Amino acid sequence: MSAMDVLAALLVPVFFPPLLLGVIARTKALAAGRRGPPLLQPYFDLARLFRKGMVLSRTTSWVFLAGPVVGASTALLASLFVPLGAQGSLVSFPGDLIAFAYLLALGRFFTIAAALDTGSSFEGMGASREAAFSCLAEPAAFFALLVLVKLSGSTSLGAMLGPDLPQHWLHGGPSLALAVVALFIVLLAENSRIPFDDPATHLELTMIHEVMVLDHSGPALALVGFGAALKLFAYGLLLVRLATPFEVGGTVSGVGVALLELLALAALVGLVESVMARLHLLRVPSLLVGAALLGAFGVMLLVG
Amino acid sequence: MTTLLALCGAAAMASSGPIAAAARRVGPRRADRLWVLLFVVGASLAAFAALLALASGGDELRAHAPFPVGEVALGLDALSALFLIAVAGLGAACACYGLAYYPAALHPDSAGRLRTAFGLASAGLAMVLLARHSLVFIAAWETMAVSSYFAVAAEDRDREVREAGFLYLVSTRVSSLCLIALFALHWAASGSLLLVPLGAGQIAPQIQSALFVLALLGFGLKAGLVPLHVWLPPAHSAAPTHVSALLSGVLIKSGIYGLVRITSLLPEPSPWWGEMVLALGVVSAVLGVAYALAQHDLKRLLAYHSVENIGIIAIGLGVALIARASAGLDTAALALAGALLHVVNHALFKGLLFLAAGAVIQRAHTRSLDALGGLGRSMPATALLFLLGAVAIVGLPPLNGFVSELLIYSSLLRMVASEDGASWISAALAAPALALTGGLALACFAKAFGTVFLGAPRHQSVSDGSDAPAAMRAPMVALALGCAFIGLAPFALAPALRNACEAVLGSALAPLAAPWRAISGVALASLALSAAGGAWLWLRLSRRPAPRTVTWDCGYAAPTQRMQYSAASFAQPLVRVFSSALLPREYGSAGVAPFPQRSAFHSEVVDAALDRIVLPSAHAVVRLAARLRVLQQGSVQQYLVYVWIAVIALLAVGGVGR
Repeated sequence: MSAMDVLAALLVPVFFPPLLLGVIARTKALAAGRRGPPLLQPYFDLARLFRKGMVLSRTTSWVFLAGPVVGASTALLASLFVPLGAQGSLVSFPGDLIAFAYLLALGRFFTIAAALDTGSSFEGMGASREAAFSCLAEPAAFFALLVLVKLSGSTSLGAMLGPDLPQHWLHGGPSLALAVVALFIVLLAENSRIPFDDPATHLELTMIHEVMVLDHSGPALALVGFGAALKLFAYGLLLVRLATPFEVGGTVSGVGVALLELLALAALVGLVESVMARLHLLRVPSLLVGAALLGAFGVMLLVG
Repeated sequence: MTTLLALCGAAAMASSGPIAAAARRVGPRRADRLWVLLFVVGASLAAFAALLALASGGDELRAHAPFPVGEVALGLDALSALFLIAVAGLGAACACYGLAYYPAALHPDSAGRLRTAFGLASAGLAMVLLARHSLVFIAAWETMAVSSYFAVAAEDRDREVREAGFLYLVSTRVSSLCLIALFALHWAASGSLLLVPLGAGQIAPQIQSALFVLALLGFGLKAGLVPLHVWLPPAHSAAPTHVSALLSGVLIKSGIYGLVRITSLLPEPSPWWGEMVLALGVVSAVLGVAYALAQHDLKRLLAYHSVENIGIIAIGLGVALIARASAGLDTAALALAGALLHVVNHALFKGLLFLAAGAVIQRAHTRSLDALGGLGRSMPATALLFLLGAVAIVGLPPLNGFVSELLIYSSLLRMVASEDGASWISAALAAPALALTGGLALACFAKAFGTVFLGAPRHQSVSDGSDAPAAMRAPMVALALGCAFIGLAPFALAPALRNACEAVLGSALAPLAAPWRAISGVALASLALSAAGGAWLWLRLSRRPAPRTVTWDCGYAAPTQRMQYSAASFAQPLVRVFSSALLPREYGSAGVAPFPQRSAFHSEVVDAALDRIVLPSAHAVVRLAARLRVLQQGSVQQYLVYVWIAVIALLAVGGVGR
């Protein structure tokens, strides 16, 4: 990797992710016939929150503040594992996909603990749902990644999504297509998008992620928002690289293409949110199990 | 030399109880201290011997004993040493903890018995690890099993404890029966009572498979593999907490040790052995954690997590057996190293969690999660220690659980990536199951930590407002430091793990193909980045203090502490998903009418394997046995006739056989 690649891999995760949220919001507004907020609105929101003061509940302890901090820092670390374009990722070792998943899990653990620290039944409800749905999403993600492990014969994300990806599509196209669908469902679930969760509503009973962070304010809330954007970025990067295995020469154009694809993915998420309603909560597990089965079929197609 | 040293350690542990009992006149407090001193000296000797064995490769002791024992062998190789370190370390920690948790001054009639049982169980376990001879193994195994029964049933005034103890005793009897059959068959087939590796072709493959099945039954029962786990949750919740820690942390690992030892003696493993262990491991891991999630009792919850972790270890062992059968030695070593490291790790973090739970129980006088809450405020040190244990057991970086789970995952992924036959399919099914287990464990420990330590107390009289005493905190801190050390510097253990794998696989190995530096890099980076973020937020807060107010109550004017999400409500979505396996029972109904009436709701999950399989079949056996009672009339003459008939029958059978 050249110095340019390293620089891109370090700077893009810090500055780019909030734009995805802006694109989603704009897409939803356009689909609903409104003009919508500026594309850079998430940046303005984050800057405003970072400047603001905080209000804390008397019930909470240090765990409440550890939630946003650990959530954002683990998401930042995890995003370094996913290759930005075909150049390979900044951090790569055999089995790094496990580290990727478990870093995000560490962030989730502390986010849930922070929600329970408030002693609010609403936040407890959100925490319970987050724990349930993300744990059902885990097998789906693993089956999808196993398709790639089998095809590439390698266990690091950098090599799995490396320059040989077009060949893998030739050998195991149907399996990879199933994996892409499964990963897209996982992306929607893990990032609390419709049909799993509705980030726009403010009716606490229907929400998952938003209701967990109800008590955070100021810089802590900004960290929560930044962490959520980073998580979307990391999953999205994984998905667009898998779905569009083309080779583009050079760091600048390679990274540029990857980022454009990410923006397109954000628009797609926005479209899904515009045309679908949130699922009944009891149906959510079925959809996640369905995603896991898609991934499992993908693996089964590689037998023989 | 090392074996002799370990033998002395075991002797010191075994004699600590009787000596303290003999010195009763010095008063209960001094007797306690004397016992702990003797026990810790013994444990230190054993641990020192184990460290020497890990560094030098260990040795064997042989002696000649009169008939029927014959040549006796004891030995300490890297495999035994790894287990022995866990036994000695956790044993010493639990013994120190017992000083403040279970003092003889407060438990005059049971403390002495408990000390003796504790020492004998630890010494028996150490002897199991040293034994290289069937009869020595059985004797040590029985010592461990029976004395641990007395430790579990220490508080036998409680009916629940007596029942749990009886179930445990019955399970150990069945387990011993399988092991006696195992060693008898081993003796008949190999002609030797010594437990030494058999040569290829020395025993027929069918006999080897029979030996494997007997070992799986006998040792699986001790380890608590589903569906043989039924004794485990009641015994763990009935025992005094430091005994639960020992039981869960190291005693049940004797089953894992036995399985590893016996399979390492058999030269030609069939591929289905590994598949079977892998399948049992997956079922134990997923069902164990699902049951844990549904528990309302803190100690039962931790006990079911032992089932889960035994499952994770079994997944590693299964992969190792499969890879060994197909000559994939590198993958086998990686999986085995993961499983063995998880044995050590589980001793550390499960010991830590049980001891922290004991501190909570001592302060709050309840094990019920739904009565606890907000203890982080009055017991900040215990809360932090429990949190560390929770992060470790869920397998999250930067602590030790992550290292061993990553090794097991890596072996599964390597199998998927590089193997062609049927084995990669089992690995491809096991890896997502392991991921599901991880997710469920995260939910479960978020629930346990959250409902016990966070939020507001659900009950008025939940704590007297002080943290655990130093004598209880010190062992917990030591265990937590162990978790952190293995998590941050796993490469320090790499040579020891490789030696242990060589002892099992019987051939020289290349260095383990594990990304040690990367693991500690991830751990350090996550720690450093979180610490930096925390420091920044703390600076912000000290410059601009945040006003304190109530938790946002969404406009509802009078929220009470009892309206917090409880352990049962937190777990409900996942319990519903797994309802076909857990069979939850629900009583009462939540008020849904337009004008709600006073209503009550209660849900519980009882162990389906115990409730639907073991107890009904036990009742059936008892009914059948009642019919046999006609044979037993209590007259000696009649019994002599039975003996005579039996002797004639045996002679007849022997004559025909010849």
